Amino acid sequence: MDDIRVVEGSEAVALAIKACRPHVISAFPISPQTHIVEGLAKMVADGDIDAEYVRVESEFSAASVLAGASAAGSRSYTASSSQGLLLMTEVLYASAGMRLPFVMTGVNRSISAPINIQVDHQDSMSLRDAGLIQFYVESVQEAYDMHLAAFKIAEDPNIMLPVMVCMDGWVLTHSYERVQFVDQQAVDDFLPPFAPEHYLDPAAPKTWGSYAESDVMMEFKYAIHKAMTDGKPRIREILRELSAMTGRDNNGLIETYRTDGADIILVALGSVTGTVKDAIDELRDAGRKVGLLKIRCYRPFPHEEIWQAVKDANVIAVMDASFSMGSEGSIGLDLKAKLFGRPQAPMVVDFVAGLGGREINARTIRRLVVRAEEIHRLGLVLPEAQWVNLDASIVS
Amino acid sequence: MKLTKGAVVEGGTSLNYKTGNWRDQRPEIDQKVCNQCGKCKDVCPDDAVHRNNELYEIDYDFCKGCGICAYECKPEAIKLLPEGK
Repeated sequence: MDDIRVVEGSEAVALAIKACRPHVISAFPISPQTHIVEGLAKMVADGDIDAEYVRVESEFSAASVLAGASAAGSRSYTASSSQGLLLMTEVLYASAGMRLPFVMTGVNRSISAPINIQVDHQDSMSLRDAGLIQFYVESVQEAYDMHLAAFKIAEDPNIMLPVMVCMDGWVLTHSYERVQFVDQQAVDDFLPPFAPEHYLDPAAPKTWGSYAESDVMMEFKYAIHKAMTDGKPRIREILRELSAMTGRDNNGLIETYRTDGADIILVALGSVTGTVKDAIDELRDAGRKVGLLKIRCYRPFPHEEIWQAVKDANVIAVMDASFSMGSEGSIGLDLKAKLFGRPQAPMVVDFVAGLGGREINARTIRRLVVRAEEIHRLGLVLPEAQWVNLDASIVS
Repeated sequence: MKLTKGAVVEGGTSLNYKTGNWRDQRPEIDQKVCNQCGKCKDVCPDDAVHRNNELYEIDYDFCKGCGICAYECKPEAIKLLPEGK
């Protein structure tokens, strides 16, 4: 009998984490992450999960508790947003370096100042260089599914890195959707108990992330990069196993939508991809050759898949919900880095859209497609990033 | 040598890592002035001063040249000299 219920996005995530049988959960509340960790706190208090819930005074401490717990061999989880994720930053770099495979939900919210609690991707994108594996999800169902896979990917002996599942604040965490849950026995079969090669043990003391001089520091950093890039086939394999378990299409580091024969391909991630798919249906009905490439796994960056999907297009319109001040949007930069120098590579036009929760609807996407076509037709060399629906007249 | 994931190493290995090459000042004990009070050994944060028979000696494999021993030495038997001279 299928377990299908309409639940809030945060509850779906909490139930996915519960199904993964965590030992330690530690978090500090921040909107819009709160419902996830409140849900888990209640499950621990009610005895529904056999875990320690560690209340802390800051996100820095939450991440530190996770680092210690994970080193001690405990499957560990946290969630945060915005400033909270930034406060964790130092610990997250260190945790990736110590190869501690905990899982966290990055509930996307903009970064102060000025203060704003709505969604954009600046917070998690600021962590893209830390050594975390990052997934971005489109729906509540995908959020549930990816959290089931997250521990398995993190704890893979050849990967051993923290995994961050990013989901858009409010849009996904606070909306109710139909979710199909996976049977606990199936999750247990899919996700074996955490059994790391090394763990903290007073009987056999070890130290993590100990001192490395210039003779080996580069090698330790390269090892993180290699674990990510060499880990891609394993991540694909685990996502295939996830698909087999869920009966849904969780496959692939990317997902393509109507890209066959497309002249323009939009590239986006997160919940906006649902809106983009609807807009593409309308544009296709009107005879426009437009498709979508959704990035599901952002780190490691799936550039091989992306190239295969976009190589026959004329122009790629990237939708970035974050920006590297003084440069360009995050995904635009990644794409250009990997496409530059390839003969016949499509033109990349970077659109910055949706910062601080600014609405992106089908009309926004139609205008963006028109603008991308125009830039391509004009043959502009190295076009500047396009800030969508920006009112430049009020900028002083 | 293969590096471990996460730089995980067994405990009790600090003697394998000679940190004396961080030093830019070198403490030297004038044994004629030293009164063997042992304060230099007590205050050394790196346990780099050892008693050998009656004499106190500095283990330059681990002395980082912080100078606390010279500062604390009452008879001023320890001089801090620039390293490498």
